Amino acid sequence: MLEIKNLHARIAEDETEILRGVNLTVKAGEVHAIMGPNGSGKSTLSYVLAGKDDYEVTEGEVLFDGQNMLDMSPDERAAAGMFLAFQYPIEIPGVATMEFLKTAMNAQRKARGEAQLSIPDFMKRVKEAAGHLNVSMDMLKRPLNVGFSGGEKKRAEILQMSLLEPRLCVLDETDSGLDIDALRIVSDGVNKLRGPDRAMVVITHYQRLLDHIVPDVVHVLSKGRIVKTGDKDLALELEKNGYADYVDAAA
Amino acid sequence: MNASVPIKHTQAESDLIDRFEAAKGALSGSVAVTALREAAVSQIRDKGLPHRRVEEYKYTDLRAFMKSAAPLAAAADESAVKAILGGQDAFGELERYRIVVANGAFLPGLSDLEALAGEGVSVTSLTDELAGEHGAQLLASPKSAANDGVLALNTAFVQGGVVVKVKEGAEISRPVELVHVAASAGGQISRSRISVAKGAKLRLLETFAGETGNGEINIVFDYDVADTASLVATRLIVGQSDAARLFTSIATIGAQAEFKSLGFIAGPRFIRNQQFINFAGENSNAGIYGVTMARDEDLADQTLIVDHAVPHCNSREFFKTVLDGRAKGVYQGRINVAQHAQKTDGEMMTQALLLSEDAEMANKPELEIFADDVICAHGATSGQIDEDLLFYLRARGIPEDEARTLLVLAFLAEAIEEYGEDDVTEGLEARVRDWLAGH
Repeated sequence: MLEIKNLHARIAEDETEILRGVNLTVKAGEVHAIMGPNGSGKSTLSYVLAGKDDYEVTEGEVLFDGQNMLDMSPDERAAAGMFLAFQYPIEIPGVATMEFLKTAMNAQRKARGEAQLSIPDFMKRVKEAAGHLNVSMDMLKRPLNVGFSGGEKKRAEILQMSLLEPRLCVLDETDSGLDIDALRIVSDGVNKLRGPDRAMVVITHYQRLLDHIVPDVVHVLSKGRIVKTGDKDLALELEKNGYADYVDAAA
Repeated sequence: MNASVPIKHTQAESDLIDRFEAAKGALSGSVAVTALREAAVSQIRDKGLPHRRVEEYKYTDLRAFMKSAAPLAAAADESAVKAILGGQDAFGELERYRIVVANGAFLPGLSDLEALAGEGVSVTSLTDELAGEHGAQLLASPKSAANDGVLALNTAFVQGGVVVKVKEGAEISRPVELVHVAASAGGQISRSRISVAKGAKLRLLETFAGETGNGEINIVFDYDVADTASLVATRLIVGQSDAARLFTSIATIGAQAEFKSLGFIAGPRFIRNQQFINFAGENSNAGIYGVTMARDEDLADQTLIVDHAVPHCNSREFFKTVLDGRAKGVYQGRINVAQHAQKTDGEMMTQALLLSEDAEMANKPELEIFADDVICAHGATSGQIDEDLLFYLRARGIPEDEARTLLVLAFLAEAIEEYGEDDVTEGLEARVRDWLAGH
């Protein structure tokens, strides 16, 4: 589903190179975890996949279902089925959460040539997904992410993911800022979305998220490259020994 | 040492002086009113139109903008007015009463006078009132507006308008739309007095329709809000126009009274919307809101002076401006707090969103405080669309244009939502979208 080949990317403003040849293939139905120390390029990878123009791809390619994703705008990527759960979901005062959800869902449907959702159908979907994630109607009435706690923001991200039904989910440090209970709710929400037609890339600094969202493959990203790939036991090993070995290996 | 050197008149100033000579026989008024008109023309003759060396007009140089002055519009043809009214739907389906001022004069035939009378609202013609014994009182200006050039232009040429009186305790069930129609080209100069008596409540809508060619529009709204009364005035100025649009509000607010206004502006080439708000009684609240959109070479100016002359009053001023192209936005807001006006609470905020590199915003919030036990704050910001917000929306599949529109709407919505009056403001989102789409 997702093929990343020799991806090099830098910060557009100061040309600092962050990704230095990432290779990664994720098949439908798989969950891949990407772990790595601070500054290894984890978040950059997620932003480059989503199409943030603060970054410039200098080499390599990203194929999504065989299509060159780097030629697509962020909204085209989303409509094609790519979803990034942000590490720091953005607060947007003045945009009501419900209105935002409806606009996003219908924009994607429109781009795919599907009919717009009726209001009752939309409401039913939102209520159902919100119920699973313990997102209250009160939260949905507020402006998007405004005044939400850290945990509420992450739950709202997963709510969006559930409603938009992407085929490729990239979760950028979804566990940061979550307490144990919130971590469980968020993980349950993510696990519910696992399926044979959907791929996930879970980016995390700590192993604990992977106790809840058990990955098929674990990669270690260091200094802009994947330096080690293994199964879920690799995450446990990292938790015990730290990243020191891999930081040196990449150097 | 006041031997002033006569100024060299611009074409527009000469036109205005000629216009007065030509029209003065037809302009109504008692002897006292005529004297006020003469004095106002003298001010134009001696000082000219307001220009950038006059502090209040530093950013809004009317003298430089006005290349000429058209004659005053002739009396409106009622069928033409009807046709224009049929084509305007400023507030859509909202149930409301209507009062029509066309080409500067009251048009009783198209106004809902009977229904208004039934609710305790009387409407008379300003033209008639100016000829009466108390006519001159209807042209009085507050201290804070003394020598204002736009007001002087209005006083000199005011053709008519309405005097609306809401009787004591009357709560008008529907909003009242005071619609100003330009049925033909030419200057359209009117003034209306809106008096809301003790305990009465009125929601006013102020709208404008029709084309004036190169004629300016100059309208004064003079609100008198009595003790325990409430007035909410929503002004909607939308659509493109080439000649100057000059609006002045004067509000006198009694004790325990409420006054709220929204000035919504989208499209004119050159507009000044100025307000002089005066607290005359204690324990009253005023909320002054502004939403302005300008593009191309447009200039849009929202200016206000809030005079806290008495203690224990609250005022909130919240203005939002969106600028594109080479447009220039102006916000000048001053809160004056008199020495004995203790426990005043004033909070003023002006925020601008610049959609282009060449747009320009002049934000000038001012506080002038002589009392020592007050809470007053002011703030001003200018910024561009936040790229992170834009990316977040696009990452959810919302195309760039729609995402930008959402963010502009969100920016403006903060002021509109705080203003409230949901039934009146619900159609404004469509107006913003129209403007963003270039209409």
